[in-house]
Amino acid sequence: MTHEPIALRATGITKSFGPVRALRGVELELRSGEVTALMGENGAGKSTLLKILNGDFRPDDGVLSIDGVPTVFGDPADSRAAGLRVIAQEPEIIAAVSVAENIFVGSLGSVAYNRKALLRRTRDELKRWGFDRTIRAESLGSELSPAQRQIVEIMRAVVSKPRIICFDEPTSSLGDDEVTLLFALIRQLQAEGIAVAYVSHRMGEIFKLADRITVLRDGSFVGTQLVAETNHDELVRMMVGRDLSQFFHREPAPLGKTVLELRNVGNQYVDGIDLTVRAGEVVGIAGLVGAGRSELMKTIAGDYPIASGEIVVDDRVWRIRQPADSIRAGIGFAPEERKAEALLLQRSVRDNAALVVLRTLSRWIFVSSRAERALAKTYIDRLRIRTPSAEQLVGNLSGGNQQKVVLARWLATAPKVLLLDEPTRGIDVGAKSEIYAIIDELAHQGVAVIVVSSELPEVLGVSDRIYVMAAGRISGELTRSEASEERILALAMDEDVAA
Amino acid sequence: MNIVTRKDTPVLSAQTDTRPPAPKEMEVERVSTFRRVITAIGVQNISLIFAIVLVVAIIGIQNPLFFTVPNLKVIGTAIAIVGLLAVVQTIVIILGALDISVGSIAGLASVTSAMIFTSTSSAAMGVLGAVAIGVVCGLVNGCIIVFGRVNPVIATLATLAAFKGIAQLISDGRAQGYTGADPFFVFLARGTLLGVPTLILVLVLVAVLAHVVLRYTTIGRNIYAVGGNNIASRLGGININRYIIGVYMVTGAVAAIAGILITARTGSGQPISGSEGLELQAITAAALGGAALKGGKGAIAGTILAVILLGVLTNGMTLLGVNTFWQNVAQGTLLVVAVVIQQLRSGERRIGIPG
Repeated sequence: MTHEPIALRATGITKSFGPVRALRGVELELRSGEVTALMGENGAGKSTLLKILNGDFRPDDGVLSIDGVPTVFGDPADSRAAGLRVIAQEPEIIAAVSVAENIFVGSLGSVAYNRKALLRRTRDELKRWGFDRTIRAESLGSELSPAQRQIVEIMRAVVSKPRIICFDEPTSSLGDDEVTLLFALIRQLQAEGIAVAYVSHRMGEIFKLADRITVLRDGSFVGTQLVAETNHDELVRMMVGRDLSQFFHREPAPLGKTVLELRNVGNQYVDGIDLTVRAGEVVGIAGLVGAGRSELMKTIAGDYPIASGEIVVDDRVWRIRQPADSIRAGIGFAPEERKAEALLLQRSVRDNAALVVLRTLSRWIFVSSRAERALAKTYIDRLRIRTPSAEQLVGNLSGGNQQKVVLARWLATAPKVLLLDEPTRGIDVGAKSEIYAIIDELAHQGVAVIVVSSELPEVLGVSDRIYVMAAGRISGELTRSEASEERILALAMDEDVAA
Repeated sequence: MNIVTRKDTPVLSAQTDTRPPAPKEMEVERVSTFRRVITAIGVQNISLIFAIVLVVAIIGIQNPLFFTVPNLKVIGTAIAIVGLLAVVQTIVIILGALDISVGSIAGLASVTSAMIFTSTSSAAMGVLGAVAIGVVCGLVNGCIIVFGRVNPVIATLATLAAFKGIAQLISDGRAQGYTGADPFFVFLARGTLLGVPTLILVLVLVAVLAHVVLRYTTIGRNIYAVGGNNIASRLGGININRYIIGVYMVTGAVAAIAGILITARTGSGQPISGSEGLELQAITAAALGGAALKGGKGAIAGTILAVILLGVLTNGMTLLGVNTFWQNVAQGTLLVVAVVIQQLRSGERRIGIPG
């Protein structure tokens, strides 16, 4: 295995953005027919390195060789011409055209445009890579779920027959079914002698897939290990530079009375939802992608109006027609799409934290900047938001710290109910355990918490009770002691029964 | 239920916190005082001030008349009307929208203020009536955008034509009434308060008000929030529709005030002349002042500096006897150069249509 030819070698890669040193002296080797995992906390430099490989940035220093020949990528076209494809985490999908056109978007002009042939070719490729039942060649870009968008992006890369493929957290938006298909695809790529780089935060995946693991920390190269010769603890140590003896451990809090109750709630997205959450309880919501978990959260948060049933908070039925109503009822909501739906990236940490409680920080309409700064400082300290100051633009923070800013915004409202949709998505190991600790602490303070997560270990670890959703309905409920990955999956795939 | 924000409860318990104090995520160079002053004023504003100084110096050297007090008053009164529209346009742009109908609203308000004044012989009625019409025009704009789901550019492009047509219909396309003998209108046009022309005072008043609202109030902060991320604002409990309609109504009111000033200056209600094309000048000033058309960014100070720069440029070129056609070319060039410099500084990659 160690004798596979080196397809790509990067040595001494250094890159600065103004005063910020993003990478210094990074080493990476990708071998044909091998999967090399690239690991590191957020801000470790993985994304920057991938952008250099993709030709988005030029390194300040260091050498990039393809098949032993030093190369310079001026732009993404150069990188592609060299047989390298980097799969974006948040793919750009053209809304108004079909999956087929989206996949072949760069090469449509080079052949006489024949829609029938294009659709046929797309169907063949989808079938070849195992996604023919997940996605249809004719579907429009605007109809695709995040998982399907990711698959389109992956297909774009594989159909161009590259020799090196880099995946950037491909599974963060995929459900378990699609993950299985993706792994099969990667195995197939490997069998065809393609060099694969795989960025992920998920240990389980990496041990399943990778042959070797390269770890970065704070922009520096920490080391490369053969998977066979390392273990979970060593990798975590390499990534964070310290021991995380207990990765995550939650003590259930004493339960109070029922704070949130949904009675037969339904609308265009969800149907017949009965659900309760007690004070101090953390309720997990599991399910496959498309099961309606995020839609349920948005329904409770007032963004999707309910058509039937009622939402009860603290023994009172609330008419929730818009987010402001649910905020009044004491519900806080951190959505899945942090950047698109929660953050004002161009504004400061202070602004973002104060967004919902701005009026309480004001006298008449005048915002008290002192009250606002005090609020920001309180939460920067309490949630350990790593930022140079409260005035820093949120867009410049790492994913974990951005999520903490969102949490700060809702904690400032002293919520009775907190809805967290994928609270640790795209967040590094260290920040994850901090988020778990915050959830635990909130439960102990009597907040009713709902956590939606696609990561089963996360749902199992964090929840006192778990609802499983399938096809817009609740297909089952499990207590902490009953719950296991197998039982959750069985309920989640109950789709046919529910539909 | 205020436990969450209580001071004595650490959100992270000691038991779960195994991490040492936060590591520095990035190395940042120490910032000098000079740099801090620059960031406080804003690079954008500094370049505008620099440009104004440059233009003033060049023109002043060639024509000493430029520095006389009467000429400064000429510049001030010349920019007052477009300045008003630029200030409100900035607010609309920060909200993430655009209002191209402001010139037409000003024309409509100009005509109606003169006509109401003529029939009631009350300046107060004329002013109030015109402002009310401006507010209604803004309400119409806002409702078309919010409830008709029409893109702001298209919506106000349509009302630009419609409002202009209404102004022409009710005035039969001619100047209306005579306000030149009314003391209030005369005061607006040529009066002074403590030596400062009324026109300039009106602009200063509106600009300061807009600045304070944007900078120091919940309303202003929510306007930036809606322009920066409307989904986040909605989920944060902000009634976005109310903000959109409200901002357009305020814009209509201020455009009407601009129209009343046109009436005062010309002595009669003007359906078109004096207001046509002002919307584009207003957008020019806002863009030059650093407001980003995608919303969430911009400030009144930048816009006012841009208005001054454009006013000084026009006045100076007139003094130097530059042909008006060339003046237009100069204005256009200035806008392109300024925005190109802005964009290059932001380091955006040169691909596709910029955001």
